Amino acid sequence: MRMNTLSRSKQTNSTSTSSRINTYLILIVLVVLALSIVALFVAAQVLLTGDTITAGLFAGIGLIAMAMCVFLLFQSRKQTAEVKLDIPKVMTIIECQNKGCANKTTREFQRGDYVFKDLDVACGKCGGKQMITGIYKEVKEKEKTYAV
Amino acid sequence: MSLVPGSDSLTQIISLLTYAFFIVFIFYGQRIQMYIMVREVENNLHKLRVIKDEGRKTAIEALKEMGKPTSDPSARVDRYLDYFTISPQTMDPSGIVYKLDHILDMRDERLKEEVRLMAPAAAGDEVQINNLENTLEAAMALNYIYKVVRHYYIQGKKTLSLYVIMQLQMILPMVMKEAEAYGSALKAFAYGQPIGDSVGPLIASRLMHGYEARKVYKDCVVASVPFEGRTALVLKAEGPGGNVGKPGDAIEGVIEEQQGKLAMVIMIDAGLKLEGELVGEVSEGIGAAIGGPGVDAFKIEEKVTKYKLPLYAVIVKEDIGDAVSPMRREIHEAADKAIERVRDIVKERTKEGDTVLIVGVGNSIGVGQ
Repeated sequence: MRMNTLSRSKQTNSTSTSSRINTYLILIVLVVLALSIVALFVAAQVLLTGDTITAGLFAGIGLIAMAMCVFLLFQSRKQTAEVKLDIPKVMTIIECQNKGCANKTTREFQRGDYVFKDLDVACGKCGGKQMITGIYKEVKEKEKTYAV
Repeated sequence: MSLVPGSDSLTQIISLLTYAFFIVFIFYGQRIQMYIMVREVENNLHKLRVIKDEGRKTAIEALKEMGKPTSDPSARVDRYLDYFTISPQTMDPSGIVYKLDHILDMRDERLKEEVRLMAPAAAGDEVQINNLENTLEAAMALNYIYKVVRHYYIQGKKTLSLYVIMQLQMILPMVMKEAEAYGSALKAFAYGQPIGDSVGPLIASRLMHGYEARKVYKDCVVASVPFEGRTALVLKAEGPGGNVGKPGDAIEGVIEEQQGKLAMVIMIDAGLKLEGELVGEVSEGIGAAIGGPGVDAFKIEEKVTKYKLPLYAVIVKEDIGDAVSPMRREIHEAADKAIERVRDIVKERTKEGDTVLIVGVGNSIGVGQ
């Protein structure tokens, strides 16, 4: 019981530290955002005077700073995103034990399946006994290769 | 007089702000970097919590479904997830292997007993008990990963130490990969699907299928199979329940039964691949191909050394994620390639009439014999 209370108070501490860190981050992001807007405004002003090089410089700085702010905000939003566990589709390979037939079928895995399990269901082609010869999952996405 | 260069006041303000920002970054740059790292760790910790909760939920659902408990097993599952094992003292290393072996045996028995209590309807069915135990062990691993990451995260934030957070952030991609693999393995264990680590038993079962298999200590089966004019004693953990057996004891027993008159011992296992290698690649080498805490490898090495038996290893390469999640097609197909490799080794290095021992190491979940 005491342990529970202790751990709860620790969690509260950790939450307050977390919110403090969030405030700092948001403060930094807001300052940079303000600076970037001012830089863009200056860029527009300078452009009116005809100095395109300086205007481009200010506009570039402003846009980069703004992109960085958006990236940081996006990163902190990611936490609330849903986490989904990938449950792959597993297939069962069934083969007819009749050597002359050797019919091979594939179906989705059913609970109780295992490799080398004799099945009660007869072969659709010859009526012979069937057995599970393989269970595996297909991985669709290709692994990224590096040319080294 | 202006402090900073520039014609109008707005440019001066911007210049001043830029200087201020530059100074702030000089003094607080590291701290800002740390906050960004903390955010990243926090996001991953959130993911870990979701995966861990999913593990607990899956384990409870599987227990309710298969074990038909009379009361809610949740409290007992929570207790199970927190079980720990204390390694034996290593100050005097003499006899440490047998002490560790004893402790691991006790752990295994205790956990199985606990599963039987939580799932009374499945208590008589060894396959279901093994599958439930594997499911709970995956949930236990997820619980442990979450707790360790949370520990370092809180410690890093409490001390505001960049180095604690940095170390955690550096290893997080690997930790997350392992956790996600365990997460997707939960259903595989609950349903009894073969996993990547089952490739050793799958190869052994392909060799021994159709021949009479007898049980050997502990939780293993062995069959005598005619193989390329030789006699192959094929050994694997008993399936189709989730079980790795104790191949060390089983191999010791078989070698002693044969009084050491074996031409060779071949061990087949799943091996961790390096980045850049392909899943399902087959490699061969020398030595005891077996993972775990080292007890089984020690016993096997002792016995083959006693009788001066050649010990060969064949491995099917896969990464940690593949090893604990449902078996990939590439790994399934690699079984045939591994059998061919074993055939070559036997034909090249033994004479007709010899007896060889072929061991399929790994978890026999979803693989009969």
